[in-house]
Amino acid sequence: MLSRVAENIYWLARYLERAEDTARLINVTSNLLLDFPRTTRLDWDSLVTITGAEALFDEHYETRNADNVLNFLCVDLNYSGSIISSLESARENLRTTRDIMPREVWEELNTLYLDTLKQVEAGITSRKRDAFMKRVIRSCQAINGLIEGSLSHTQVHTFLMLGRNLERADMTTRIIDVRSANLLPRSPDDLTPFENLQWMSVLKSLTGYQMYRQQVRLRVRGPDVLRFLLQDEFFPRAVASCLGQLSFELEDLPRHEEVQAQVDDLLPRLVNANMEKMAHTPDLLHDFVDDLQISFNELHEAIADHYFSGEYRGQSQSQSSVA
Amino acid sequence: MSKINWSEYACKGFYDELIAQPGVPHPAAKMLCDYLAELGGRELAELKNASEVAIQVMGITFTVYSEGNMIDRAWPFDIVPRIIPLDEWQRTEAGLKQRVEALNMFINDLYHDQKIIKDKVFPAEVLAHSANFRKQCVGINPPNNIWAHICGSDLVRDKDGTLYVLEDNLRVPSGVSYMLENRNVTKRILPELFATGKIQPVDDYTGQLYDMLASMSPRPGDDPQIVILTPGIYNSAYFEHSYLAQQMGVELVEGSDLVVDDNDVVHMLTVNGLKRVDVIYRRVDDLFLDPEVFHPDSALGVPGLMRAWRSGKVALVNAPGAGVADDKVVYAFVPEIIRYYLDQEPLLANVPSYLCMREDDRRYVLDHLHELVVKPANESGGYGMLVGPHSTKKERDTFAKLIEANPRNYMAQPTLKLSTTPTLIDDQLEPRHVDLRPFILSGKDSTYVTTGGLTRVALTRGSLVVNSSQGGGSKDTWIVDLN
Repeated sequence: MLSRVAENIYWLARYLERAEDTARLINVTSNLLLDFPRTTRLDWDSLVTITGAEALFDEHYETRNADNVLNFLCVDLNYSGSIISSLESARENLRTTRDIMPREVWEELNTLYLDTLKQVEAGITSRKRDAFMKRVIRSCQAINGLIEGSLSHTQVHTFLMLGRNLERADMTTRIIDVRSANLLPRSPDDLTPFENLQWMSVLKSLTGYQMYRQQVRLRVRGPDVLRFLLQDEFFPRAVASCLGQLSFELEDLPRHEEVQAQVDDLLPRLVNANMEKMAHTPDLLHDFVDDLQISFNELHEAIADHYFSGEYRGQSQSQSSVA
Repeated sequence: MSKINWSEYACKGFYDELIAQPGVPHPAAKMLCDYLAELGGRELAELKNASEVAIQVMGITFTVYSEGNMIDRAWPFDIVPRIIPLDEWQRTEAGLKQRVEALNMFINDLYHDQKIIKDKVFPAEVLAHSANFRKQCVGINPPNNIWAHICGSDLVRDKDGTLYVLEDNLRVPSGVSYMLENRNVTKRILPELFATGKIQPVDDYTGQLYDMLASMSPRPGDDPQIVILTPGIYNSAYFEHSYLAQQMGVELVEGSDLVVDDNDVVHMLTVNGLKRVDVIYRRVDDLFLDPEVFHPDSALGVPGLMRAWRSGKVALVNAPGAGVADDKVVYAFVPEIIRYYLDQEPLLANVPSYLCMREDDRRYVLDHLHELVVKPANESGGYGMLVGPHSTKKERDTFAKLIEANPRNYMAQPTLKLSTTPTLIDDQLEPRHVDLRPFILSGKDSTYVTTGGLTRVALTRGSLVVNSSQGGGSKDTWIVDLN
């Protein structure tokens, strides 16, 4: 498989996952806000923080109100992480790899993109918001389903899975990071009656509420939620599960030892971390999540170096400079 | 809606591909015309609809790039096939083979001893001003001395029914994927007619193409690694590049996917490491192929590719420099070229041509601009032409100045009365002008010609411009065996 094609496939999966996870995040946040009294600290502001694109946001918008934040996250072409930009990038990546992907995948993504473009023109209103998010999530799920049902388990599939799981792990840690900054009590007096609700929302934004209930069977508590979302091996959006999947997929690639070792080093650090302690020490959790995100970046670089041509191009250039 | 009545089909003044005289089809077209006559406008519209659905579902598109946006347009297709009887086609095929054989000998000669110039059959002056002669290719011996492995020649028919060669495309001719897809669509919508077994199949092409490419490999015996080199998704023919790669099961690469090492061997970058490449079917123009030799800022090409080709480590199809014979002034010499190299009379006619570099011809052209078609030597896609009878005074004045300034770059031909063929316009069959582009593959031991080719049709009434980039469409081409 060509390195360029592998890279396009990998990014296709990352952008699709990003679009879906962003839609989930918005959906749950808006549901949650409806339940909250106006005095709580939680607001749309935190969604902008999750993206890490605060500067860009402030450049284009005056206030961080619901309409602006929604617009920014869903249909703003200036922001490369918006749903529309993610879909556009996914589509461009798929366009150059159409010859190796099942045709239905192209049709589904193309239709989703064109429909979303129409939304861009019409603007996102609170009333249409829910339907729009559902549409995005459903189409992304349909694409994942089409891939599972019709793409052979060749290297194409491997690179899709690498992209999807790395992006998913990354998005999960982002959600935990920002939500917990708001949620975790700085002092015991800070406990609000809404804490329980908020932790539920974290689970829901990752569609983990049902699974949590089935597997944990305890009332929703901070440390347990963190443990579930970071360390669980069975829940597909849990970070440990994504990393396990990554390690498994790497097995199929040539010269995978070095990259796989990186994942295998990371896993025990994640699984052995003390969640009870972190749940009570927000700064500790924040640093831990930071570390994880740095490791994901390193993992991405390792994959790019090994498989997306950087390495060989470097080799051949150094060869010709010797000659 | 009334049924089709062939006696009302008005094709007076032109040769029609299906109808010999009002109400009477050519023998080879009788089967189709009878079938269509049974249908009313509504059935025809249904067939048209079915073809559009098929095209959309099959994803047959061509790309238009405008205002910074890329648009995939559905391929404009007409459901009524164009028909040529098998015996006529066999004569045409022999003529095309003869022509391409001579052209390959001509190109090889130009890059070596230039005997044809020394023997004063071909003027040195024409070569000296050739935009497509590549001095970087002088002295190179491509595998089997073949330069133009894939040729797309455009044929047109005049009022009296004679087929003429209008031009030979020897650089990166396109359209063959549409020829194949047109057949697939037509089979879906007119299955009854194919059941007669009289229509010759076309789908042999990609197999023949693969065999020809494999026969060029510098490492015979091995399983050759063949790739298609594309400029990328913004190219208008990207669909075709992708289609051919899929059909042949070869990699579709861009310039950045290839590297040339110190031993002049070409490799592609794969997730498994470097993989040697033997044959490159390149769909990138000469000047963008290798920044070491041509345009230094080309990002489409591969640094060192010409080195690799020169040292025989990789085959390039078509060979760089093959376009020297793809020049509308050189075209005028093709009959002489055939006589010179093959000592045979040309089997296919050339359209009579006036070369503006000759003083007498130039004077004639300038005096008759209103009735001639004037073409620049090195444009393709129908750009930069003057169609005299359809031109304004201002356009003719502009062309007169262009010709005076650079006579070598212009040639002129009489405006042919291009043949017509029935084409579905709304719910009526109306005559529209067509041409035909067959493709000729020159391999190590054999030459292959497509069965028929791509029929392009000017969808606007009276228009002679068939290029898809300028509003043309296409239709299936049937070679029909009457026996």
